Amino acid sequence: MSLFKETSTLLLKDLKLEFRQLYALSSLLLYAVSTCMVVYMAFVEMESLTWVTILWIILLFASLNGVAKSFSQEGKGRQYYYYYLASPLAIILSKIIYNCLLLLTISITTLLIYSLFLGNPVENMSLFMLSILLGATGFAVNFTLLAGIAAKADNNATLTAILGFPLIIPLLGMVIRISKNAALGVESLNTNKDLMMTGSMIAIAFVLSLVLFPYLWRS
Amino acid sequence: MSKSLTNRLLLAKWWKLIAILLMIYTFAAGLLMPVPRLDILNETIRNAYFHVPMWFGMMLILLFSLIYSIKYLSTGNLRYDYVAIEAAKVGVLYGLLGLTTGMIWAQYTWGAWWNGDPKQNMAAIAMLMYLAYIVLRGSISDQDQRAKVSAVYNIFAFVALFPLLYIVPRLTDSLHPSNGGNQGFVAYDMDGWMRLVFYPAIIGWTFLGLWIASLNVRATYLEEGLDIEAN
Repeated sequence: MSLFKETSTLLLKDLKLEFRQLYALSSLLLYAVSTCMVVYMAFVEMESLTWVTILWIILLFASLNGVAKSFSQEGKGRQYYYYYLASPLAIILSKIIYNCLLLLTISITTLLIYSLFLGNPVENMSLFMLSILLGATGFAVNFTLLAGIAAKADNNATLTAILGFPLIIPLLGMVIRISKNAALGVESLNTNKDLMMTGSMIAIAFVLSLVLFPYLWRS
Repeated sequence: MSKSLTNRLLLAKWWKLIAILLMIYTFAAGLLMPVPRLDILNETIRNAYFHVPMWFGMMLILLFSLIYSIKYLSTGNLRYDYVAIEAAKVGVLYGLLGLTTGMIWAQYTWGAWWNGDPKQNMAAIAMLMYLAYIVLRGSISDQDQRAKVSAVYNIFAFVALFPLLYIVPRLTDSLHPSNGGNQGFVAYDMDGWMRLVFYPAIIGWTFLGLWIASLNVRATYLEEGLDIEAN
């Protein structure tokens, strides 16, 4: 089987599983709604910079919870089955694409719910959506490999957070900066540079995941 | 059978002698030689020989650890893994020493232990990454599995350090000497006398760190019953 065919088959399998069970999606959406509710009860109203920061913290935790289960959801037996059927490259590719789709859905829905409760002070909505898109993709790429690592250590929830948070700080710093500019409607000369930088960081993490995952999978 | 480069270096004496000589030189010359009189810094400019080399040493030793992780992944030889972890541990030790010495200095010079300075933040993040590396190793009991998984993380973490160098300084301003018009000790602010001590100090501290790591590696060899003379 070609890499493309393997990847798309695995991706379709993951999507089908998700649509039948609606487990990850529904639990994450409920997580988002309840967190937004908590933030709303605690703040009632807030400045736009605080608004942006809290939104990103909610997204960060939701993403981590969403991706952390990527490899532990399926039993050991089925992992061996995939090991014989598909190349590791196809497996990591399909997982990354699936997580991207999942996190994009979660991020946009969270944004809607969050805006419903706390209003939406964003001036430059297209740039803001771009930062959300970059953030979701970046979280998906970075956390997928880490979920693979944590799954090998049978110690998932805490370990993924310990491994993931320090690694994600540069990316998070960048997207928060872009989205703060977007929220305030500031025309910044640095925005293009920041976007390029964020994009290249995601690209590096993506390539590194593809290179390193086969070693992880082989054990 | 000829010994591998790693084992030959572990046994070699020349670089340990260099470490001793350079450390004696660093302490003697670093405390006694003349330094330029700069506002605010005054005598604390001598920190350039003790605090600053911690960072250079940390990065060089972590680079060393990265090289051994790559070597492990490409050969599957567990000896390389022992070197990678021990080097990373010394890297963390240097990072913590750098943070501590920096914090004491900052308390007197900037007026607070923690100032949110980019270099402080960067160091703290790097420490978190590598402490996570040590925790990760602790959570896997199978030796080969542990070596493989932690090598993968080590490579991922080291690469993640680089965007930090570019990004974090942009998020907040730095108070460090030689940043944003502050007087300081990097390159163009250092006079010839200082450079004469500064560069040897970096090499000395780095070799000292590698020596500590090499002793731990040899202790691991003993625990695992590996013969260092064999190959």
